Amino acid sequence: MAKFSPYENNGGTCVAVAGDGYCVVAADTRLSVGYSILTRDHSKICQLADKCILASSGFQGDIKALQKNLAAKELVYEHNHNKKMSCPAMAQLLSNTLYYKRFFPYYTFNVLGGLDSQGKGCVFTYDAVGSYERTGYSAQGTGAKLITPVLDNKLKSPNPLILPARDAVTPLSESEAVDLVKDVFASATERDIYTGDKLEIVVINSSGIHREYIELRKD
Amino acid sequence: MFRNQYDTDVTTWSPQGRLFQVEYAMEAVKQGSACVGLRSRTHAVLAAANKAASELSSHQRKVFRVAEHAGVALAGLTADGRVLSRFLRSECINHSFVYESPLPVSRLALRLADKAQVCTQRSWKRPYGVGLLVAGLDETGAHLYYNCPSGNYFEYQAFAIGSRSQAAKTFLERRFEKYNDYTPEQLIKDALSAIKETLQGEKLTSSNCTVAIVGRKDDGTMEPFETIDAKRIQEIIDSMEAAEEAPTEPSAMQQEEEGTDAAAPMDI
Repeated sequence: MAKFSPYENNGGTCVAVAGDGYCVVAADTRLSVGYSILTRDHSKICQLADKCILASSGFQGDIKALQKNLAAKELVYEHNHNKKMSCPAMAQLLSNTLYYKRFFPYYTFNVLGGLDSQGKGCVFTYDAVGSYERTGYSAQGTGAKLITPVLDNKLKSPNPLILPARDAVTPLSESEAVDLVKDVFASATERDIYTGDKLEIVVINSSGIHREYIELRKD
Repeated sequence: MFRNQYDTDVTTWSPQGRLFQVEYAMEAVKQGSACVGLRSRTHAVLAAANKAASELSSHQRKVFRVAEHAGVALAGLTADGRVLSRFLRSECINHSFVYESPLPVSRLALRLADKAQVCTQRSWKRPYGVGLLVAGLDETGAHLYYNCPSGNYFEYQAFAIGSRSQAAKTFLERRFEKYNDYTPEQLIKDALSAIKETLQGEKLTSSNCTVAIVGRKDDGTMEPFETIDAKRIQEIIDSMEAAEEAPTEPSAMQQEEEGTDAAAPMDI
């Protein structure tokens, strides 16, 4: 008799790329279990605040619970401080929320993207228990291992250990970043069985939030 | 009210069947500065007269957003009101978390009333010394409730609480029957006129009143609970005063449905 597992991996990949004045957050829309597809049309992206978007892959039950939890905490912050949470503030909150369940973790692999208080793009990448870092770009999920080397090659993120500290922001323009994201997802879809169907791309910049959908391979 | 031997604690009845501590708590509401609320089928408006402790201090906040679809205006011990607002906010967030839909206004008023009632039946507690006008929008339309320290609550078309609220109530009593069909702008003007009644001669400006509105527009989209900014309030006040000063024709007076005709001046 197999032991009951509280977790399940519903697959999928999330990517975020930060630029000067914009941030691109993208995730595929396929939900799987084992070798089956549950749905081709499920969004992994959640808007938590004005300029703050969370993309999560992993166990969909925990993703939903985490998103609801964060949205409720954001509302409490709004009531207390009379303003919406900034992206760096939400980044810390997400880390704390994940570590709170250190001994029964949220099975979620998160990427938080948005604009910081100066209007520059920021991406925060997490592990399942809340360890996080601000970077210029990140990929999480089943296709991450396929995507990250390509992003490294294109975006040349400076090592955070060198001095003087260099900006973790990419040299690309907004449309170049969107094209890059489309390309990496097309590549990941070829080899990762859990990634495909549709790609949801959300771009945040000073004029607001813009969403588009691209078809991916359905096999 | 005079001191007597049955008013020491809230768990003592008087021989006439009264709980004096609860009634004293309702007196505290009457000492607070005035608030009015009114509603149509689709919109609810709350207005409060701001009172500052001294010229040097800021005004007390009397209108609080509780959720996107609801808010409260309070009169009485504002510290108690602040704590109750926090409770209401938390109830709304918890309800949306579980049911993914906004807490209906009647249930919100009920939760508040139940919380108030608890304090009238525990010897180690005291009743909350604040009356709240709860305004909100839900599936069944716009609603306005008054919650008092006794734990009672009623739904109203229009109501006023706090000091000199009788003047506002008299004003509202004359006009409330038409409110269901009022536009939001008319509601706001009447709310401001009602507050003006409670100021007893003092000039109404955007710095001594706060107005908030929540409702559903004609196209079905929601106008979330929001305090109207001071600049817009001043514009509305100015337009109300301009309409008062303009000479009114006899036929216009009779068919007047706008909230711009001047209320009878109070000489007291």
